[in-house]
Amino acid sequence: MGGFPILSVMTFLPLAGALLVMLVRAATAGSSKGESSSQSRKAVLLAAFIISAATFVASVAAFFAFDPSVDGYQLVEQYAWYGPISYKLGIDGLSLSLVLLTTFLTPICLLASWNSIEKRVTEYVIAFLVLETFMIGVFVSLDLVLFYIFFEAGLIPMFLIVGIWGGKDRVYAAFKFFLYTLIGSLLMLIAMVYMILAAGSADFEVLEKFAFAPGIQTWLWLAFMASFAVKLPMWPVHTWLPDAHVQAPTAGSVILAGVLLKMGGYGMLRFSLPMFPDASALFQPAMFALAVIAIVYTSLVAWRQTDMKKLIAYSSVAHMGFVTLGIFAFNETGVQGAIFQMLSHGLISGALFLIVGVVYDRMHTREIAAYGGLVNRMPIYASFFMLFTMANVGLPGTSGFVGEILTMVGGFQAATWAAAGAALGVIFSAVYMLTLYRRTVFGEITNPHLNDIKDMNIVEWICIAPLAALTILFGVAPNLIFNLTDSSTARVLSLMAGGQ
Amino acid sequence: MLDVTSILMTVAPELWLALTGLVGVLLGAIFGDRFNSFSFKFGALALFGAAALAVLHFGGGEAFGGLVRTNTFVNFAKVITFVLAGISLVIAEGFLKRHETTRYEYALLIIFASLGMGVILSAADLMTLYMGIETLSLSSYVLAAFHRDSARSSEAGLKYFVLGALASGMLLYGASLVYGFTGTTSFAGIAEAGVTTGALFGMVLMIVGLAFKISAAPMHVWTPDVYEGAPTPVVAFFASAPKMASTVVFANILFTVFGSAMDQWQIIISIIAGLSMMIGSLGALLQTNIKRLLGYSSIANVGYALVAVAAGQEFGAAALLTFTTIYAVTSLGMFAAVLSMRRRGGMVEGIGELGGLARTKPVLAIALSVLIFSVAGLPPFGGFFGKFEVLRAGLQAELIPLAVLVVISSVISLGYYLKLIKIMWFDEPTEKFEAVDLSVMATVVLTAVVAGIVFMVFISELGTGGWATFAAAGLPR
Repeated sequence: MGGFPILSVMTFLPLAGALLVMLVRAATAGSSKGESSSQSRKAVLLAAFIISAATFVASVAAFFAFDPSVDGYQLVEQYAWYGPISYKLGIDGLSLSLVLLTTFLTPICLLASWNSIEKRVTEYVIAFLVLETFMIGVFVSLDLVLFYIFFEAGLIPMFLIVGIWGGKDRVYAAFKFFLYTLIGSLLMLIAMVYMILAAGSADFEVLEKFAFAPGIQTWLWLAFMASFAVKLPMWPVHTWLPDAHVQAPTAGSVILAGVLLKMGGYGMLRFSLPMFPDASALFQPAMFALAVIAIVYTSLVAWRQTDMKKLIAYSSVAHMGFVTLGIFAFNETGVQGAIFQMLSHGLISGALFLIVGVVYDRMHTREIAAYGGLVNRMPIYASFFMLFTMANVGLPGTSGFVGEILTMVGGFQAATWAAAGAALGVIFSAVYMLTLYRRTVFGEITNPHLNDIKDMNIVEWICIAPLAALTILFGVAPNLIFNLTDSSTARVLSLMAGGQ
Repeated sequence: MLDVTSILMTVAPELWLALTGLVGVLLGAIFGDRFNSFSFKFGALALFGAAALAVLHFGGGEAFGGLVRTNTFVNFAKVITFVLAGISLVIAEGFLKRHETTRYEYALLIIFASLGMGVILSAADLMTLYMGIETLSLSSYVLAAFHRDSARSSEAGLKYFVLGALASGMLLYGASLVYGFTGTTSFAGIAEAGVTTGALFGMVLMIVGLAFKISAAPMHVWTPDVYEGAPTPVVAFFASAPKMASTVVFANILFTVFGSAMDQWQIIISIIAGLSMMIGSLGALLQTNIKRLLGYSSIANVGYALVAVAAGQEFGAAALLTFTTIYAVTSLGMFAAVLSMRRRGGMVEGIGELGGLARTKPVLAIALSVLIFSVAGLPPFGGFFGKFEVLRAGLQAELIPLAVLVVISSVISLGYYLKLIKIMWFDEPTEKFEAVDLSVMATVVLTAVVAGIVFMVFISELGTGGWATFAAAGLPR
C-alpha cells in the first residue's frame, strides 16, 4: 500500500480516455457534422490508439514494478467501499500476464479498425476503451464484488460492438452472447453473495483461506463454473461463441478470442481451485471428460466449416479444452501449461482473426470457397498465414506447441485417457488448419475477383508482425512467461493442497 | 402534558401539504385559469418543502394519541417520495400545455395524493392507514382520468377506480377482522395482542388489498392498462413516488403490526414476490407499447422489492429502502424519457419509435441506456447494488429459491431491456423527435447520473451501513 497507484491508473486510463474522446466529440459535433470525413475518423482512431498505447506503457511499468520472485499479490491498493466490499486491486504473475495480453492486444485492435470501421467511429472507440478498462479490471480485482462488476460490465460494450458494427446476423449473435453469459454470471453472483455472508469478507485473500464445508463447496463451485464454462467456453455451452465471432467486426473477434475467453480460465484458477478444492477434486473427471469432448468434437466440427471465422472460432473452443485439461490436472506442469496456452492462444487466435480480416476487408466474404490461390497475389500474407496456421496446430518452435505439450503432460500425469483424447485433438487441429490453408492459399486462382487483390498494407503489417514475433519468441523462450507465472502457479496449487 | 411542538413537528409534512393544498384550492377559486401555469411551481415548492420538513424531524415522534407515529424508516421514504413527486410535477407542465390541459387541479391532485402518501407512511392505526390510502387512491383515480376527453385516459381512470375500490374493500374488511379479533385498531395494540387465527384472516385480506396498491401479482392486472391509458406524466408519478411509499408501508405493516406472524406471511409474500417477478418479466417480453412494457417491468421490480420484505425486518428493511430508492429514481427517469418521445406534435409510444435514438438524440439515448441497464441490475450501474442488496437479504433469510427466481427473472427481463437498447443503438434512425423540454431532459440526465453513477460510487452512504441502515434501525423491534 501507499506509493503510486499504478494499477488504478492503468485500469482507468482507457475509461478516462473514452470520456475525453466523448467530450471532444461533443464539443466539435457542430463544426464537423457535415464532413464525417476520413480525416476526423482517423483523428479519433489515432487518439484512441494513443490512449491504449499509453495504457500499455502503464502496464509495462507495472511489469517492472512487479517482483516475480515474491509470493502473493503485489502493488496492492485497498480502500473501504461498501460494507464487506472494498476497492482492492493487486496483481500476481497470472493476472499480470493476462493484463499485458489485454493492453497489448487493444492497441492492435484499434489499429486493425483503421480501414475496416467506417461508421460511427467515435462510439466505436469509446466502446473499445471502456471495454479495455473492464477487461483490465477483471484481472486486477482482488475483491469478489469488484471482480463481478468488471466481469459483467464488460458485456455491455461487447454487446454494442457486436450489435452495431457486426455482420448480417449481428443482433441475434449479440443477444445470444449477452444472455448466455449473463445467466452464468448471475448464478455466480448468488454464490458470491453467499460467500460474502459466510466469510464476512469479499477479499480474495480472506476467502482463499476460508474453508467452506465440502457440501457447500459443491454448490458454489457449480455456480461459479456456470459462469466460467460459458465464458471459456466449454462444450456444451460454447454455441454462442461461433455466432458472436462470426458476426463481430475483426477487432471484436480478436478481443473476444484474445482476452474475454481467458476470463473463464482465469476464474477457474482464481476461484475454483484455491477456494473450492474439494469440489474441484470431486469434479475433476467430469471436467476432463468435457475438456476431451471439447477438443475432439469441436475440432471435427471446425473441419466441416465453410466460413473462415467460424472455423477459427471452433478451433478456439478446442484450444480452450486444453486449458481446462491443464487446470484440472492439479499439477504444476498442467497449470503452467494452461496459463501458457491462454496467453499463446490470445496471440495466435487474435492473429488468425486479423488474417481473416485482411482478406475480408478486400473481398467482403468469409467463405472459404471464395478464396484459393492467394499465394499467387499475396505472398507476404501467405507467409504470415502459414506461421499462424502452424502455431495453431502446435508446431514446435511456436508458442502453440509449448502450451499444448505441457497441458497434455500435466493431464497425462492425472489421467492417461484424458491426455490420449487431447492428443487426438492435436491431430485433428492439423487436419482442419491445413485444410483451411490449402483451400484459401494454395492452388490456382479460381475466383476472378481475386486477380487484383493487394498484399498486406503497412497498417496490417504493424498489426500482425508483433504477434508473429511474440509467437515465435515465446515458442523458443517459454521461460519468459514461466518466470512470471511460476510463483502464482505454486500458490494456486499450495492453496488447493492446503484447503483439502 | 401534551407536547404540542413535538406533535406539530411529527405531522408537519402532512400538515404543510394539507395547508398548501387548501391554499391552492383557494388560489384556484380566486384566480381561475390565471393560476394554471403558476400552480405547477407552487405544487413543486410545496412538495419540496414537505420533504424538507420531513428531514427536519427525521427522528420521528408520536402524535394524536398514537394515531400517528413516525420513525426514521418511514421518514426516509417520505423524503424520497416527496422529492420525486415534486420532480414529476415539474416535468408534467410541458406535456399538459401541449395537450391544453394545464389546469391547476393537476398540481393540487398531486399534492393531495402526496398528502395521502405522507399519511399512510405515518399511520400507526388502522383508521389512519385507511384514511391515507383513500386520499392517495382517490386522487390517483382522478389523475389517471385527467385527460377526460380521451377515451383511453377515461378508461384507465375507470378501470383503476373499480378495481381499486374492490381492493380498498378487501383492505377494509381485513382491517375490520383484525380489529374484531384483537379489539384494537392501533398498530402497537395489535402487535401486542398477537395474531390469532381470526386476525390471520384479516391479515391475509389486508395483504391482498395492499398488494393491489403496489401492483404485485396476482393483483397486478390493472397496471399495464392504467399505465398505457393514463397521461404519461401521471404514470411517471405513479411509477415512482406512490410505488415507493406503498411498498414501504406494506413492509412497515408486516414488520411492525404482524411481526409475530412472520412465519405465516413470509410464505405468502414469497409466493407473491415470485409470481410478480415471473409475470412481470414474461409479460413485458411481448409488449410493443413502451408504457405497457415499463408497467410490466414495474411489476417485476415490485417482486424484487418483496423479496426483501419476505426476508423480514432484520435482514430486509435496509435492503428494501436501498432497492426501492434506486428503483423509484430510475423509474421516474425512464418515464421522463418516454415524455420526450414526441413527433409531429403528438406523443408516440411504440418501442420501435425509439429507432436510432443514439444517432438522432445521443445524450437522451445515453442517459436512457444507463437507466435501462441500471434497472436491469447490470453493473457497474447503481441498480446492480439494489439487486445485490435484495439477493443478500434473501440469502440471509435463507430464501434460496427466491434468490434463484430473482436471477431467472433478471435474465428474462434482459430480453426486453436489451430489445430497447438494440432499437436505440442498432437500428436505423427513424424520424427525429421534436425538441425536448429542458425540465424533462434535465430529469432524464439527472436521474441517469444519480441512479447510474452516484448510487454506485456512494453506495456505502445509501445502502447497508449508510442511510438505509440508519433508517431501518428506526423500526420498533
